[in-house]
Amino acid sequence: MQDFIFAFLNLEIIRAAWPILWSGFLYTLGLSLITVPLGLMGGVALALLATSAPRPVRLVAAGWTDLFRAIPPLVLLVFLYAGLPFAGIDVGAWGAVAIGFLLNTGAYYGEVLRAGIESVPRGQMEAARSTGLSRGQALAHVVLPQAVRNVLPDLISNTLEVVKLTSIASVVALPELLFQARQAQSVTYNATPIVAAALAYFLLLWPLVRLVSKLENKAMAGR
Amino acid sequence: MGGFESFLFSFFNPKVMATYLPMIAQGFGLTIVLALLIVVSGLISGLALAVLRSFGLRVLNWGIIFVVDLFRALPPLVIIVLLFFGLPAAGISISGFAATWLSLSLVLMAFAEEIFWAGITAVPKGQWEAARSTGLTFLQTLRMVVLPQALRITIPPLTNRTIAITKGTALGSVVGVAEILGAAQSGMAFSGNPSPLTLGAIAYLILFIPVVAFGRWVETRFAWKR
Repeated sequence: MQDFIFAFLNLEIIRAAWPILWSGFLYTLGLSLITVPLGLMGGVALALLATSAPRPVRLVAAGWTDLFRAIPPLVLLVFLYAGLPFAGIDVGAWGAVAIGFLLNTGAYYGEVLRAGIESVPRGQMEAARSTGLSRGQALAHVVLPQAVRNVLPDLISNTLEVVKLTSIASVVALPELLFQARQAQSVTYNATPIVAAALAYFLLLWPLVRLVSKLENKAMAGR
Repeated sequence: MGGFESFLFSFFNPKVMATYLPMIAQGFGLTIVLALLIVVSGLISGLALAVLRSFGLRVLNWGIIFVVDLFRALPPLVIIVLLFFGLPAAGISISGFAATWLSLSLVLMAFAEEIFWAGITAVPKGQWEAARSTGLTFLQTLRMVVLPQALRITIPPLTNRTIAITKGTALGSVVGVAEILGAAQSGMAFSGNPSPLTLGAIAYLILFIPVVAFGRWVETRFAWKR
């Protein structure tokens, strides 16, 4: 037991590693605040193209979505970070993360939002247009608000996944929580920093998990 | 070399691709084995937890809910790193393959339990009461009346979640598993050319585009009219 505490719940180590763990935690928060809006932007664009554009464009949007849902995000990230420089394009760790998340989480958000837009009856658009709203106005003020409400549980659940996914940025050496914990672990030869990082992720995301779980249960019971 | 030629030389180099094709093919096999193991153990343990939860033992259910929440909140890569780099400190060393399998199985278990449980609770109470009143035991009711109805509505969300989690096998490359990404990265390091990575990306597309299309089909096939 003494050994276990020493190896996994070592307060001395926590105290020593605290500044670097805290900076990692803040970095993870910042990364999430950047990647979630990026993914949402990509998702809204894809969903609009997949529902409202001419047929060839719609097909391209659907293919694009499937393509980036089929490639594991880590593969995409490694390709952008380690592969592209061979073509003379060096986007750096930040660029790789930004582009990778735009493409990957954009595809997922796009799929969710497309389902939302399709769940709004066509009459809504027609009624809005007949009152004199333009297509864009009708989309923005009538269709999208209802679409978002209809798929809110999926949107929140996807956002939870995006925040968790920021941990793969450690692979391209961005100093987020997991990366800093690994650094602290390799310096101290002690697993406590990783346990602390896991605990931090859990405390950060537990409320969101509870919320998603409640909303999902309600959605399934309502079918 | 022109721009386009140098692009081809870098990303579609036939010589490099031919050299590393066997390695990527092996990684392909390993990814499939790993993914299948995760699907089997994750779904079975998830269903087992959901069934246990239906007994309604309060303390046990708190435990189940906590475990499920835990593995839904932790990023899979964090669990893999914890098992692979952390466990040796407790005198237990496990391979990268085992760490990846165990981590993703636990994550799938948590998501599957949550979905199965939502399915079970979505079956109206009258079904339970009617079945019990015909003399079926609790377990018989669960097995023959409730689960068949519950499983049907869980198929679409379960399929999509399972696909998303099996793509996490790529995370195994971080702890040295020579699955597709791991093999491709070694190939890139040996050859100083990113063509193996292109091969790896193609391998993932061959593997997962049919799976994603299947998930889309399942969604419409089992869709419930709202």
